[in-house]
Amino acid sequence: MPGSLLDALWLVPALPLAGFVLNGALALTRPGAKRAVSLIGVGVLLLAFAAAAGAVVAFARLPGGEPVVQRYWEWLPVGDLQVHFALQLDRLSAVMILVVTGVGALIHLFSVGYMHDDPGYARYFAYLNLFVFFMLMLVLGASFPVMFVGWEGVGLCSYLLIGFWFNEQINADAGKKAFIVNRIGDVGFLVAMFLLFRATGSLDFGDVFSRAAGTFPPGGALITAITLFLFLGCTGKSAQIPLYTWLPDAMQGPTPVSALIHAATMVTAGVYLVARCGVLFALAPVASAVVAGVGALTALFAATIALKQWDIKRVLAYSTISQLGYMFLGVGTGAHAAGIFHLATHSFFKALLFLGAGSVIHAMHHAYHATHAHDDAQDMRNMGGLRHQLPWTASLMWIATLAISGLPPLAGFFSKDEILSAAFAQGAVRPIWYAFWAMGIAAALLTAFYMTRLMLYTFHGANRTGEGARAHLHEAPWVMTGPLVALGGLTLAGGALNVSPLFGGGTWLHRWLEPVTAAADRLQPAVELSRATEWALVLGAVAVAALGIVGALRLLKPEALVPARLAPPETGLGRVLWKKWYVDELYDAVLVRPVMWLSREVLWKVVDARLVDGLLVNGSAVASRALGWVGSRLQTGEVGFYVVLFVIGVLAVLGAAVR
Amino acid sequence: MLLGPALLVSAVLFALGVAGVLLRRNAIVIFMCVELMLNAVNLTFVALAQRLGVAGQVFVFFVMAVAAAEAAVGLAIILAIYRHRQTLNLQNINLLKG
Repeated sequence: MPGSLLDALWLVPALPLAGFVLNGALALTRPGAKRAVSLIGVGVLLLAFAAAAGAVVAFARLPGGEPVVQRYWEWLPVGDLQVHFALQLDRLSAVMILVVTGVGALIHLFSVGYMHDDPGYARYFAYLNLFVFFMLMLVLGASFPVMFVGWEGVGLCSYLLIGFWFNEQINADAGKKAFIVNRIGDVGFLVAMFLLFRATGSLDFGDVFSRAAGTFPPGGALITAITLFLFLGCTGKSAQIPLYTWLPDAMQGPTPVSALIHAATMVTAGVYLVARCGVLFALAPVASAVVAGVGALTALFAATIALKQWDIKRVLAYSTISQLGYMFLGVGTGAHAAGIFHLATHSFFKALLFLGAGSVIHAMHHAYHATHAHDDAQDMRNMGGLRHQLPWTASLMWIATLAISGLPPLAGFFSKDEILSAAFAQGAVRPIWYAFWAMGIAAALLTAFYMTRLMLYTFHGANRTGEGARAHLHEAPWVMTGPLVALGGLTLAGGALNVSPLFGGGTWLHRWLEPVTAAADRLQPAVELSRATEWALVLGAVAVAALGIVGALRLLKPEALVPARLAPPETGLGRVLWKKWYVDELYDAVLVRPVMWLSREVLWKVVDARLVDGLLVNGSAVASRALGWVGSRLQTGEVGFYVVLFVIGVLAVLGAAVR
Repeated sequence: MLLGPALLVSAVLFALGVAGVLLRRNAIVIFMCVELMLNAVNLTFVALAQRLGVAGQVFVFFVMAVAAAEAAVGLAIILAIYRHRQTLNLQNINLLKG
């Protein structure tokens, strides 16, 4: 019964929501009930994955691949604006819900081990379930407002989970930073929605996209503004220049959170949005160029920063920013399938890398905890040689490293290669794309280099953890290594989703997404490359990746490293990269401090203290006292005076009545 | 009895009462002027009762009853004030003021 499985589409987001309610109740009443919390938290995700898989299978059997829209109730009936609470399953959201629930379930399972000793266990799973609910709303929403609910909701959960250990100031600050920076992007999303509604009279995806070609002249100012505002939203949520600064700080949250929210799912929401609105972006070549350009620039820029970070999670955070840049390069080029393909494969290998890092941090933390040491459990200078203690983690992370570097036949090779080929092909039409392609290739070189550096420093060379602590290092329990193995399998095989004809593949994902991307593809036709050029590009990309890896192996000397507390300070360019190009300091000086100054010196001390408190609050008190004083002068205490007034009053009333 | 002269007399009496209240200082004189105004109104009632029916005459009795009660209370208050302040000049009795 394919129909009934599609009718149960609401179950996909409803199950994690139920998990949130139950776990939230447990967190408030019985925070110690860990077994029940794990069962609910992981169970709802597995069930949601099953429901999603069932719905997708049923959907795939329908002919034509038209979107299935399920309307549940009238949500915002305001004048001309009629927004239904409706979910939409099409081929794009099908990919997304499988990734979200599938990778999400694995990360939930990993969390059972990682968070096991945390006092906030139930609260953690409640938030994590809530996040999955909002993420599913984001990708299943059938209109911009429903999507926006998910969009804001994931931002909220991200804030809650980054600041999960909120009793440390730095974590709470990181949560606030993520929330506020995202707000800037969300304004762009909102403005884009308003403009779209004014122009097309609807906010449903189906209506907007079918009317778009007739409403907006290609390359017009309005559509360019709309798409640029949408992209502003994407730069916030997906951590692109200039709003990427929150993502590295988001690493203050628990590591599985970084894997799920800040690598595999939430940050890809912007890529999803651009792919979803492919028709609109295809109508605005300038905006597409901005998307691709910002993507390429971010890919390169973040990769340079990752070269010099010592915190294992920060390397991965900048790597995520860089890979998201690739995705935007893909969708901005009009290669939506390639962008979504990289989104899916990236979610596999980046989740694997983050969970592997989590496994390492888990081991380091336990070792330092057992020896009462206060060294940094996330600093790679304190690691080294961990492949002996964590063999599973080491080998699985090597797989992911080779995948993200783009070596065949791993998942990342196919997706990254497809994006770079599409960008190069676009160069024949618009030459600026050659520059984007070159930036992408350069970023690929750096990616291979910094990932190999991470692996070398973490797992190879001599161990720098410390004599006492070394004995306590051990592999994580199966509940943590199991998800790693599953993600390793996906990383190995994920490339099979979309093997290009060059290697005898059938570009399955490309054809699967065709009904979604067809309208955009007609407006912005893909440029075909000759076989020889494609081979040259592929071999060049692989050579660059190999060069990065070999270069790192030859240039870096893990033996020369010393533990973090003994390490000399960085100098020269290394210091600039370690300090992240001083972008945070720049934003602090140019934006944060002026805003703080304005708030304190003008808004608080002048507007609030003088204007509001002084003029409006105290002023009205003074005014009423003055009026009262004037009135009190009338009460002289002399009866004769009252009588005079009284008679005058009576005469006035009578005079008015007579006239 | 002619209506016009009767109303004229009552108007004059009423105006005298108002003028007395406004101009005099002694509480008892003011009190008497109030009575004068009441009686001016009574005269109007009676005069108009000839033309408009007996209700006016009935009303006069009500006014008289109220005036008697008022006189009792008013004189008592005046007496109390005098015992307290040894004066009935209203210009000196002005403690209640803003």
